[in-house]
Amino acid sequence: MAPQRTPLYDAHVATGATMVDFAGFEMPVRYTSEREEHLAVRNAVGVFDVSHMGEVFVEGAGALEFVRGLVTNDAARIVDGQAMYAGLLNEHGTFIDDVIVYRFSPTRFLVCVNASNQEKDFAWIAAQAKAKAPALAVTNQGALWSQLAVQGPKAVDVVATLCGDGVRDIGGYHFREGAILGEQGIIARTGYTGEDGFELYVKNAHAKQVWDAVVAAGALPCGLACRDTLRLEAGMCLYGNDIDDEHTPLEANLGWIVKLPEPGRERAPFVGMDVLVAQKAAGTTRLLRGLELVDRGIARHGYTVHDEGGAQIGLVTSGTQTPFLNKAIAMAYLKKPHTELGHTVFIDVRGKKLKATIVKLPFYRRPGAAKA
Amino acid sequence: MSKVLDDRRYTEEHEWAKKEGDAVVVGITDHAQGSLGDVVFLELPEPGKKITKGKTFGVIESVKAASDLYAPLDGEVVEVNGPLVAAPEGVNKDPYGAAWMIKIKPANASAFEALMDAAAYTALLQKTAK
Repeated sequence: MAPQRTPLYDAHVATGATMVDFAGFEMPVRYTSEREEHLAVRNAVGVFDVSHMGEVFVEGAGALEFVRGLVTNDAARIVDGQAMYAGLLNEHGTFIDDVIVYRFSPTRFLVCVNASNQEKDFAWIAAQAKAKAPALAVTNQGALWSQLAVQGPKAVDVVATLCGDGVRDIGGYHFREGAILGEQGIIARTGYTGEDGFELYVKNAHAKQVWDAVVAAGALPCGLACRDTLRLEAGMCLYGNDIDDEHTPLEANLGWIVKLPEPGRERAPFVGMDVLVAQKAAGTTRLLRGLELVDRGIARHGYTVHDEGGAQIGLVTSGTQTPFLNKAIAMAYLKKPHTELGHTVFIDVRGKKLKATIVKLPFYRRPGAAKA
Repeated sequence: MSKVLDDRRYTEEHEWAKKEGDAVVVGITDHAQGSLGDVVFLELPEPGKKITKGKTFGVIESVKAASDLYAPLDGEVVEVNGPLVAAPEGVNKDPYGAAWMIKIKPANASAFEALMDAAAYTALLQKTAK
């Protein structure tokens, strides 16, 4: 099957982007230099075409209860106009995907899913709805929407030129529906870079105009290569690398997106919850950790991690040389008890055992950001 | 279109080889550095190391991924570009000049002539550009 193109494909090619096939889409991997693009987002503002992401809407009476039973985070604990990061799990408590859930009202939600998973996710959500809440409307609107991520400390100024100064009042992980260059869309203060920023959901026909305006307002076009290094510096997981259907959110160190029942606080069960309750009680046997290379070299997805004696104690899930922090960092699942912060481990890089230190995630936290 | 120079030969793996007296200097092409993106790490052999045509002699890593470097000829490494290992981003700036990687003493002096010339390499790039 030929890869799909977003409405911005021609704009990317005209700008000189290097295009790659990603999750079935022809996407820009870089325009000029991923290092410069990465630094633009850390220091000023960049814009990403993330129209390949999927949009699944859940609408109708009972949507809130349904969403509470669908994902790990609790949609009853956020308000209308707020969004939350969550795990979409199977019955084994492992990831089908990681998603952002937007709560418009108790009867209307948007679940933003990964491009590579959108067919699988939609089928799963639709099947769950059919079994549990057949009156709900579950629609896959991925083909209708384009998504532009405007990210960086100056993102708010760029978005204000398109949407008005009112956007300055949108809090982190909050959103509103409103005019983006005069056309209705969704203005969300969310992102995948570790910086302040917005994700603008616009209808396809409007995407090029919004892209051009964002670039004209000073945002540097940024490709998927720096999106990956930015999210890794920020300690954010990538489905298929760091999380998948073999790992639970507790193993992925994502306990904060799992809302289990507590004494005095009820929790409608979500798919996989019983597994996580049991796992939490018993303790996990492995944990996703951050690593910083001490020896010279770069760890990559799939490299093995060893203890001092040479025994394998883990597996690298993501790794790179980061442009901003300027060091080699990685995330890896490590077996307990080899997960203690500050401990030394050894990563097998092409047959050489390179020394690395277990460090607290995220590797990078933007100045002034609240501690998670 | 990436730059291709007439003064040297090329491999299908996008290395270049250039005669310099009895030695052959080796690096990667402009096309190769462009496809890799920003180079952040380079691993090269020590002088004295024997290398074999078509086998890896080193590793180059961009932000995205690690790639092997392939020897264009059989021979022995006689010199390594140490400053480039310390500052591998030079590969993106001057792949045909300052970012040479190794100098080798070829095992067979005529093997060099069997490598692709600039016209053949340009044709290869055009063919792979879809």
